[in-house]
Amino acid sequence: MIAAMPDLESARTVVTAGPQPEPLLSELSHAGAPGYRLPTLDVPEADSLDAVLLREDLPLPEIGELDVVRHYTHLAQRNVCIDSVFYPLGSCTMKYNPRVNEDVARLPGIAHVHPLQPDETVQGALELLYRLQQALTEITGFESATLQPAAGAQGELAGMLMIRAYHVDRGDARRKKVLVPDSAHGTNPATAAMCGYYTVAIPTDAHGEVDLDRLRAECDDTVAGMMLTNPNTLGLFERHLQEVTSIVHAAGGLVYGDGANLNAILGVVKPAEMGFDCLHINVHKTFSTPHGAGGPGAGPVVVSELLEPYLPTPLVVQGDDGSFALVHHRPKSIGRLKGFQGHFGILARAYTYIRMHGEDGLRQVSQTAVLNANYLRACLADLYDLAYDRTCMHELVISGRRLREQHGVRTLDVAKRLIDYGIHPPTIYFPLNVEEALMIEPTETESKATLDRFVRVMRRIAEEAADDPELLRAAPHLQPVGRLDEVTAARKPILRWGAAGSEE
Amino acid sequence: MPTFTQLTDLDREAMLQTIGVGSIEDLFADVPADARFPRLDLPPALSEVEVQRHVGRLAARNVTVRDWPCFLGAGAYNHASPSVVSHVMGMPQLATAYTPYQPEVSQGTLQAMFEFQSLVCDLLGMEAANASVYDGASAAGEAVLMAQRITRRERVVLSGALNPQWREVIQSYVAARGVEVATSEVALGASGALVADQVAGLVDARTACVVVMQPDAFGRVHDLAPVAAAAREAGALLVVATADPTCYALLRTPGAWGADIAVAEGQPLGLPLQFGGPWAGLMACKSRHLRQLPGRIAGQTTDHDGRRGWVLTLQAREQHIRREKATSNICTSQTLLAIGVSAYLSLLGPEGLREVARQSRAYAAYAAAEIAARTAFRVATPAPFYNELLILGPVGGEAARHHLVERQILGGVPARSLDGAYPDGLLLAFTEMNNREEIDALVQALAEVGA
Amino acid sequence: MDQDAHTTPTDRRYTAEHEWIKQEDADDTFLVGITSFAQEQLGDIVYVELPKVGDRIEAGQPFGVVESVKTASDLYAPVSGEVLEVNAALVDEPQIVNDDPYQGGWMIRVKAEGTPSEGLLSAEQYADQIGE
Repeated sequence: MIAAMPDLESARTVVTAGPQPEPLLSELSHAGAPGYRLPTLDVPEADSLDAVLLREDLPLPEIGELDVVRHYTHLAQRNVCIDSVFYPLGSCTMKYNPRVNEDVARLPGIAHVHPLQPDETVQGALELLYRLQQALTEITGFESATLQPAAGAQGELAGMLMIRAYHVDRGDARRKKVLVPDSAHGTNPATAAMCGYYTVAIPTDAHGEVDLDRLRAECDDTVAGMMLTNPNTLGLFERHLQEVTSIVHAAGGLVYGDGANLNAILGVVKPAEMGFDCLHINVHKTFSTPHGAGGPGAGPVVVSELLEPYLPTPLVVQGDDGSFALVHHRPKSIGRLKGFQGHFGILARAYTYIRMHGEDGLRQVSQTAVLNANYLRACLADLYDLAYDRTCMHELVISGRRLREQHGVRTLDVAKRLIDYGIHPPTIYFPLNVEEALMIEPTETESKATLDRFVRVMRRIAEEAADDPELLRAAPHLQPVGRLDEVTAARKPILRWGAAGSEE
Repeated sequence: MPTFTQLTDLDREAMLQTIGVGSIEDLFADVPADARFPRLDLPPALSEVEVQRHVGRLAARNVTVRDWPCFLGAGAYNHASPSVVSHVMGMPQLATAYTPYQPEVSQGTLQAMFEFQSLVCDLLGMEAANASVYDGASAAGEAVLMAQRITRRERVVLSGALNPQWREVIQSYVAARGVEVATSEVALGASGALVADQVAGLVDARTACVVVMQPDAFGRVHDLAPVAAAAREAGALLVVATADPTCYALLRTPGAWGADIAVAEGQPLGLPLQFGGPWAGLMACKSRHLRQLPGRIAGQTTDHDGRRGWVLTLQAREQHIRREKATSNICTSQTLLAIGVSAYLSLLGPEGLREVARQSRAYAAYAAAEIAARTAFRVATPAPFYNELLILGPVGGEAARHHLVERQILGGVPARSLDGAYPDGLLLAFTEMNNREEIDALVQALAEVGA
Repeated sequence: MDQDAHTTPTDRRYTAEHEWIKQEDADDTFLVGITSFAQEQLGDIVYVELPKVGDRIEAGQPFGVVESVKTASDLYAPVSGEVLEVNAALVDEPQIVNDDPYQGGWMIRVKAEGTPSEGLLSAEQYADQIGE
């Protein structure tokens, strides 16, 4: 059985760094003690360069190996992460990152291969990519895949550029409009704009879904397509999805799938069967690769037959003799979005994860993610307003409206107070169409005990809001720094050491 | 089945009861019944032991840059990567955190971003930097979009000696925006050497920016004063792109040449090659262009007690606030890789980085002299060059490479595989990871061609 | 806070998007800024992006952006014309817009084409709109 839960009365310091601030690298520098030594040069010096080509000084810090390691250890201690706390950051799928992925990514045959080696010297790497392309198309029901995009947002760019190329290829230049639900991630309209499109927001109806009447009204012969997240950013499955995609298709538009929430539907439904024409996949969410304090990710895109000719290059193909090759030149391709063949190190981790799960394992991932989210929904429904009171998928959106109205406590204060209890706050103030929103995604990897503790903490915070609202407004209380002055940071930006106003 | 879930059957039962449904399947009633729970035709699940064996076998079928001498460059360079770099990047509190939305519990990440921005400014001689973008090539694409926003002009001039992949990425980024792209020609002179880049002559009053590579795709180091002057005169921005920024241990910086925007690939600064990524794109600009710089940026500030701290700042540029009017759709930085770059630069310090550059240049110079003296190939890259060379010989680039692979040498990139209009030679790159013995073997193998 | 600095002045007109426009001594030059209600909704203003002197602005079209930490809002021109001057003080001290929206926080001086009356609100009508 599970051991007794820690006492909620004692909030705790989740960031274990001491009170001392950690100096900057520039402040740790001690010239004359280099931290790394190279082999000795064993050929003659090159001729010296013309002085006009040379720089004057090289103002880099110089720090011994131990102190570099200590510096980053101290910085690490000033962070929370999945490995240290419950991290229900909605829409980011902060699931456990299996350690075996890391071991695999560090194999010399994965980590120390040059991207321009001849195909015959990288057959294993190409086979891995090929098999991953196959797995991703099978999971999503699409025809083919590109593994090149560096992240979800770049996957969106790839997808929308392909949709644009499709229209242009058909000689249809009128299409300039992209439809985006009002609950969409900011990347969707930003991507559409990068592709030369303007966006029209489609409102959310009373059930938290795309307003079909408004959609129909906007679907004319200038619609290039629609960008749609399913389950949507409210954590709800769009029940009229097939109707939505049919309406857009009938107008001659294509439907872009934002795969941010794929973790809810592995083995549950294939997006291609719902009428999507393409979909990006955030492997750092769904397929457990580390989020890296903000990156790297990887954003493969899977497409229907219609968009296959436009896939970015290169693609991995298998020849008749069973060998694998990179194809660099395809006449209708949208071209290249980054150097080389994608974030291979990340893709190798995702492949490992998929191979460890198989069909039943992946389905169980999504089922458990959805179970965990609905359990939290059931447990929190009486204290916080549900944005939409119905079965959710892998995440739920609640509103802190009641706390604000009754006690003058805002969602930001609830988030900061969660930090005192050793929980990373959920995503807040998103989606934009929910007041005082908290978007909670527990993921499948959390235990019931962790979920139960979260519920008790959320209850406690609601009580605190009534008893001592100032306690919440001043939170967090136990961190190396308190709430920071973001206004001055933006008004008088100090973005590097040695710049005006910094303390160096 | 290793799904990394932790619920027991009892847990599940209790949770379903709390929710008020009979089974997990009931939670999926919103999914159309005819499409619900499809079959996935995937290979059976593997245990940890089995998956390590499986991927281990795939990995073993790749030749690594540790197995054979490596002279491959063209955008990725086999420089030394200190052990500390990968161990720092493996620290779980850095690797398994996400974007620092909550600064109080993300000071480690934010301080590291600020340090990286500072190092990028110092290395490139620039005034402001972001916390990285995907890679050098996409940084070049973002730089061109940025220049277009600043100048509101619709024409872009590229050097033909800009890495062809980077040019392709720029093309993809501007394709949808009706931007005209003019590219300077790469040509061989009568002497068989590459002629000077004519890119400055293409800059006109409609030009948003001119993008040059330093050193260029053939290793040449340029005096950028003429192109900087041409840009200045036309009111265009100068974008300096660099594939191997170890050169800035020695070379005059983009900032010193007058670059408005500087971009570079971070991989050569201690990051493992990984068959192409993930790496980090360095992107910096003059302060006056800061508001148009895309990507995450950390800024220094204080808390209510006056303690120094860091936050994400200037966020109103970004997609989550500005949406369709954002500077870019990018919403991540390559933070973990940026941390690796910072650790690398701090460990090496000025002396260490100068030694990397000195050795890389010396091995390239030695190889150039040996190839010219002992083989039927000639060096087409004119001096001064940094650590990369184009050689032309009795056979084309593909054949030369094939010959080297048979001698177990990862021997260069056929220039035509990068750009069909390039001379049919082989691009060779050199770093401190090479030595005389390796280069002598390379020269010996090349001497066998056409002998 | 100086309450007087935040009372809706009656010597100028307003747009539904919370800009004000005030005629200067010369008949065809006007100052443009944002209302106290707008600055309050935005919170601490951190940056004001304004057009260049000599730029043309178009009635009803965005001419600039005002940013707080977590929002960015377009500024809509109440009149068409040419920008004669921009308030340079806002570059270093955007908080002037918060502190003194109707006087020191002006944003641009415009030489207007035609009379900027259509669709503009009086102080009273604007106060009604924002529920004062």
